[in-house]
Amino acid sequence: MITLTNINKTFKIAKRQAGFGRAVKALFSREYTLIRALNDVSFSIADGEMVGYIGPNGAGKSTTIKIMCGILTPDRGECVIDGRTPWRNRVAHVREIGVVFGQRSQLWWDVPIIDSFELIRDIYKTDAKTYQNSLDELTALLDLSELLKTPARSLSLGQRMRCEIAASLIHNPKILFLDEPTIGLDAVSKIAVRQFIKKLNAERGTTVILTTHDMQDIEALTRRILLIGKGRILLDGSLDELKKRSTERKTLVVEYIGNAPVLCEGMTPCETREGRVVITLDPVILSVSDAITRLAAQVSLTDVSVLDVSAEEMVAGLYKEYEI
Amino acid sequence: MKLYFKYFALHLKSQMQYKITFALNILGRIVMSFATVTGVLFMLTRFHEVDGFTVSQVLLCTSVVSMAFSVAEVFARGFDIFPQLLGNGEFDRALVRPRGIIFQILASHIEFIRLGIFMQAAAVLCYAIPKSGVNWTPNKIVTLVLMITCGAAVFFGLYIVYASFAFFTTEGLEFMNILTHGGREFGRYPFAIYGGGVLKFLTYIVPLALFQYYPLLYLLGRTQNSFYMLAPILALVFLIPCYAFFRAGLRRYKSTGS
Repeated sequence: MITLTNINKTFKIAKRQAGFGRAVKALFSREYTLIRALNDVSFSIADGEMVGYIGPNGAGKSTTIKIMCGILTPDRGECVIDGRTPWRNRVAHVREIGVVFGQRSQLWWDVPIIDSFELIRDIYKTDAKTYQNSLDELTALLDLSELLKTPARSLSLGQRMRCEIAASLIHNPKILFLDEPTIGLDAVSKIAVRQFIKKLNAERGTTVILTTHDMQDIEALTRRILLIGKGRILLDGSLDELKKRSTERKTLVVEYIGNAPVLCEGMTPCETREGRVVITLDPVILSVSDAITRLAAQVSLTDVSVLDVSAEEMVAGLYKEYEI
Repeated sequence: MKLYFKYFALHLKSQMQYKITFALNILGRIVMSFATVTGVLFMLTRFHEVDGFTVSQVLLCTSVVSMAFSVAEVFARGFDIFPQLLGNGEFDRALVRPRGIIFQILASHIEFIRLGIFMQAAAVLCYAIPKSGVNWTPNKIVTLVLMITCGAAVFFGLYIVYASFAFFTTEGLEFMNILTHGGREFGRYPFAIYGGGVLKFLTYIVPLALFQYYPLLYLLGRTQNSFYMLAPILALVFLIPCYAFFRAGLRRYKSTGS
């Protein structure tokens, strides 16, 4: 059980200005900008839940994760994870969590992966039997048997990510934090990673908190989404709910012959090319049939397709809606 | 401690992946560090002695400081490159593991190629020991060992201070090199030759002289005071403020991020 109550975090960033004179001046009196990274963030996550934590860059995702991992201390507010406050009982807390930073490696570059794993086993004081079970299970699920004897430097990014994830799970943590686990992976590796996370959650009952910019991750994995923007939790709900909210909007892909049509109220152009236009439609203002009629009056249509909004666009829409 | 050896073995294994690079690096460092020795030799062929110390006695001093420094460099490498660890997230990784922070930083970086200086210094020491005119007794051997080990500890403390500064700023940290690398360079000669002010600073503030100048006097029989013999142990007190400073930096890091 993870509970965050009114977590606040402000960063003080020294203003840096160009020019030598100002740099010298800055030595004596610095100007600071206060950045409210987190503003009364509260939510709770039950055991075994899988949550997607999304928001644009700089919204406060990493800061929240770092607080939950015990790396950062918030200014105000409480965070209780299975009865522990992460920044007060760091050692006891981190024993129970696994963390994957998608862009950073914890594997040793020049020695076989298995050596890294064994070191991690010793760091966490995992006993031999638990380790062996865990390793067997992870090897089977992530298809690592070929990789264990290879040094990290000769693995592809996708292979390495699978090993990274395994490395974070050797000690059997109850909670797994994944910070952009699929960044830079090819389609096959992405799918493998997603399937694994799903299985892990189903079989071990591990609580998974996932930050990502890849909406397909969210669609494939999580039922619940937390949307953060400008340090505030803007939305906490299921993906389906969100979809319902935004299915009101439709996307219209129109191919035509003739001059570009003039769009009227309720139509927002997304993409315009000679002979093709993609329009987002707000059906409250303008119905689909009206829109098509209006377009048909101006140009000769060759193809029209009506689409629901994709998760990607939905989130972009949300960002816009909340102006983040 | 067992875990430290595991790390140790892994470092050895990964650095041995490139055996030729490793060997060449060590060799390079040995050759390079002879420059230090030749510097001392050139000086002393002109002046024959410095402040009453003969060539071999100065070489004794040079090699002890070099050995202490290189031990610190090999084992405290993590603190030496600490700003990097903060930047690349390795430090955050240490924070999410259930072990002491200082331990993890120490264990996660051990650089064996820096042993080159140690080997070279040990060779010089072997040369200087019989020639320095020291009347070797068990006590004096203990003193010599103390000078090297406690010296390494003081340099280690300086690296911790350096790392702690990195929590507060990432710029202008080079000034610390005056004490670390400078300590080694100036430590080629007994610190007293730089004058009373410097000696006081290096006794009470940054206790480099406590493992170099004072025990050297004892070794050379210029004093019988056993306080001078044990001065290196006193230098260990320096680690306390270093540690406190690191804790303060860590607290700040946890509240500011980076």
